[in-house]
Amino acid sequence: MRSPYNETVMEHFRHPRNVGKIDNPDGKSTEGSPACGDMVSVYISVDEATKTISDVKFESYGCASNIATGSIITELAKGKTLDEAKKITWKQASDALGGLPPIKAHCSVLAVEGLRSAIQNYEEKHGLVKEKKPTTVEIVQQRLRKVMDPLTGLGLVRAKLVQDIKVKDGVVRIKVDLPSGHQFASAIKQEIHEKLDTLWDIKEVVVDYVE
Amino acid sequence: MADRTIYLDNAAATRMDERVLEAMQPYFFDTYAVATSEFGYSLGIEARDALDEARATLSKALGASPEEFVFTSGSTESSNMAIKGVALALGEKKGKHIIVSRIEDFPVIHSAQALEKQGFRVTLLEVGGDGLVSPDKLREAITDETILVSVQHANQEIGTIQDIEGIGKVCREKGVVFHTDATHTYTRVPLDASKVPVNLVTVAAHTIHGPKGIGGLYIRKGTPITKWMDGGFQEFNLRAGLENIPGAVGFARAVEIVAPEETDKLQEIREHIIERALAEIPNSTLNGHRTQRLPQNANITFHFVEGESITLHLDMRGIAVSTGSACFSRSLEGSHVIYGIGGDHERAHGSIRFSLGRYNTMEDADAVVDALAEIVSELRSISPLGKEND
Repeated sequence: MRSPYNETVMEHFRHPRNVGKIDNPDGKSTEGSPACGDMVSVYISVDEATKTISDVKFESYGCASNIATGSIITELAKGKTLDEAKKITWKQASDALGGLPPIKAHCSVLAVEGLRSAIQNYEEKHGLVKEKKPTTVEIVQQRLRKVMDPLTGLGLVRAKLVQDIKVKDGVVRIKVDLPSGHQFASAIKQEIHEKLDTLWDIKEVVVDYVE
Repeated sequence: MADRTIYLDNAAATRMDERVLEAMQPYFFDTYAVATSEFGYSLGIEARDALDEARATLSKALGASPEEFVFTSGSTESSNMAIKGVALALGEKKGKHIIVSRIEDFPVIHSAQALEKQGFRVTLLEVGGDGLVSPDKLREAITDETILVSVQHANQEIGTIQDIEGIGKVCREKGVVFHTDATHTYTRVPLDASKVPVNLVTVAAHTIHGPKGIGGLYIRKGTPITKWMDGGFQEFNLRAGLENIPGAVGFARAVEIVAPEETDKLQEIREHIIERALAEIPNSTLNGHRTQRLPQNANITFHFVEGESITLHLDMRGIAVSTGSACFSRSLEGSHVIYGIGGDHERAHGSIRFSLGRYNTMEDADAVVDALAEIVSELRSISPLGKEND
């Protein structure tokens, strides 16, 4: 058969590692993208003394790249300290899989996010999180790095698709360098909302197109 | 790997019938000339005769006369020609309002949206949960400015067949031009333009085991339509371009071959897929109308799992289907048809379309349901959704 995925990706898709739930996990998270519809849940057990991930499992309601990335991320995270595991990037996961098609970046990045959120969940529960910071343009930029341009597989900022960001009185206004009729305009907008709507001090997120 | 592909994506493209190729072949190698007028040379006159004959066959299958049938490069062009051609003819004279159903195929929806940018107003008409357009709702949507209504004969994804007669009557009563996209019904579901009040009908060969790249537009006599593809005087001066004579001949042959018994057989296979899948795979929902649907179409959502994962697993077993999942689409958006019938992302996400053709058998139906039962259960075992203990 012909597939857009390489053998490693297909192998993880067919036989995903570390699938399932952990009963009474030390940290857990569910990340979902309404734009793609994919969802991933990540569960971790943490060795309290060494702060290492002793066990990690995932569940996926998603496409092949989502399943394969969930699988590889559990392999990469197991045995790592929380600080090490937090730093695992989508690029590392993708490289470990021998590469993913750029258009699939947005579904596969969920698993990476899922792992980070599960760690954050652990840290919050154990009082390891610093105070909430007010949202700034830099924080918005950081979040937008995780919204993938389906054409290049790069984050929106690196793909130079963000023309302007304004943060004022709880409203974030973003101008993307795309016409409203663009093939991916609607999908990208939904993903921006998904990444920014959850910011604790933000009431409204407005996405403008160039037209 | 399976011995042969079980191909269940016939709504997208079909395997061409050998008999079609046989009919086309002389028009590549022997009678390859341009169709000339009756005062041309012999080879050109023969080519013209073949084109006329094909046109007669194709128009007859629609209850139309030959001069009401124009060849195009396929259904996309036919629908573009119908919608933009009527807009050009009536936009300045009568009004700039167009109504299309929310679940039309892309050639219709995107043609209407392209006109919207030129100052036309477009109403995307809502449909019911089974995909049906209500003629009464249509009547309410029509204004003095309305020039065109486009409602498909049957839906490309969920197979719902519209009440084309009821819709046509409303359009006639209101004096509005009515176009219908019959890409998926031509020869399979009767549509007689001599009885149904319709002005324009899109048809194509690629869905009935004919060649790709040939289609047609029925244009009822007197329908206001402005030529859009400029060039020579071909096709009654309505569509310029060198005639695709092998394509036209192949299209006509494809229409001749379709027999009512074949369509009945497809409906039996469809019923078998629907009945077995709904009975044996829990948490599955049929999309589209239960009975008023294309004989060759089934569309089912398997909840808690994603469509691209299903199609990939099926492909590994040599089975080809399509899905309305966003992950599978070129725009990364889920099926507008599933959303149009009130479905959410989840409903689109796990939706699978089975579209049947001449070469499918009951064994294919069993094979695909057997495979699906295993695949869906496997994927559900790794899904965070739909677990009992949630």
